[in-house]
Amino acid sequence: MEHPILLLDFINHPLAHYLEEHFGLVDPNHLYHVTYTWFYMLLFIGISLVATRGLKLVPGRVQNFLEVAIGGLRDTVKNTMGDEGMRFFALIATLFIFILIANLGDIAPGMYSPTANVNTNASMAIIVFLLTHIVGIRVHGMKYVKQFVGPIWIMAPLMIPIELIGHLARPLSLTVRLFGNIFGEDLVLVILLLLVPFLIPIPMLGLMIFTAVIQAFVFTLLAMMYITGAMEEAH
Amino acid sequence: MKRGGLVSMASLVFVLLWVSTLFAAGNTQVGPEVISYFKWIALATGFGMAIAAFGTGLGQGNAAKAACDGVARNPDASGKIITTLMISLAMIESLAIYALVIELILLYANPFLKYIVGG
Repeated sequence: MEHPILLLDFINHPLAHYLEEHFGLVDPNHLYHVTYTWFYMLLFIGISLVATRGLKLVPGRVQNFLEVAIGGLRDTVKNTMGDEGMRFFALIATLFIFILIANLGDIAPGMYSPTANVNTNASMAIIVFLLTHIVGIRVHGMKYVKQFVGPIWIMAPLMIPIELIGHLARPLSLTVRLFGNIFGEDLVLVILLLLVPFLIPIPMLGLMIFTAVIQAFVFTLLAMMYITGAMEEAH
Repeated sequence: MKRGGLVSMASLVFVLLWVSTLFAAGNTQVGPEVISYFKWIALATGFGMAIAAFGTGLGQGNAAKAACDGVARNPDASGKIITTLMISLAMIESLAIYALVIELILLYANPFLKYIVGG
């Protein structure tokens, strides 16, 4: 599907021409999720820089808002992952904030969300997947494989394929859940706008905001639970 | 018309024009076997999504029933119960979303289309 006219077209089309000269045929439609990722990154880095410039004991507005947000995230991570899970706070908070901002940005006309593209979601899910196994091997050593075997040794030939498929299904489900929600909402909004553009898309916009927040939270919560599950002692 | 109504109508027309550039595509003529392939696709996506929505409705209804019972028994714990409810609704919904993604792939990004239309 082609995209409508988007805000970052003035970057994407020259960039596509430049890449086409040097590397071969590049469709500007394939660049949108990358350039919008950069856009949201710069947006949030800009907000953070504004907030942390001149940290005061009695905070100003932006600093106060960010303190509440990051404090809430810290409490959630500490409750779910425990104290040794605070190592992963940066990753979890980054995932949450990026997915939240990207999902919410999809709603405005002219903006596109990188999470409406499979590539962004797949990359985030693969990072979480690799991290769970690396953390598991670091904490448990080679006894990490015992989590795949199951409670009784004899049941191993049955349990290992089941556990393997279950583990491989995790990044797939993370990717497809986020992609389907955001891209599907996008598509429904476009179709509603073509059918009945007057007043009917407004509940759809409300649903998009709701889904954006919940999907960000669910992705982050699942990432936390997978990492905690890899770190904890075997049952 | 007041000024607020004029602004909203103008922005509506603007968004409509913006969006309609999405569907500016050409027309091609196709043979009858291609049409039959599209009929099967339409049937499959319609029934697939409907069955997925049916199962999701039942599952989420169970979750909501349990949450309502929990809040009714213990209104003080309603914060935690509602958080758990939201998470479980999102997880159950994701099963319907998997069916939706297959349906979107069939309709819009069908990898077999070039063999059917080309041949």
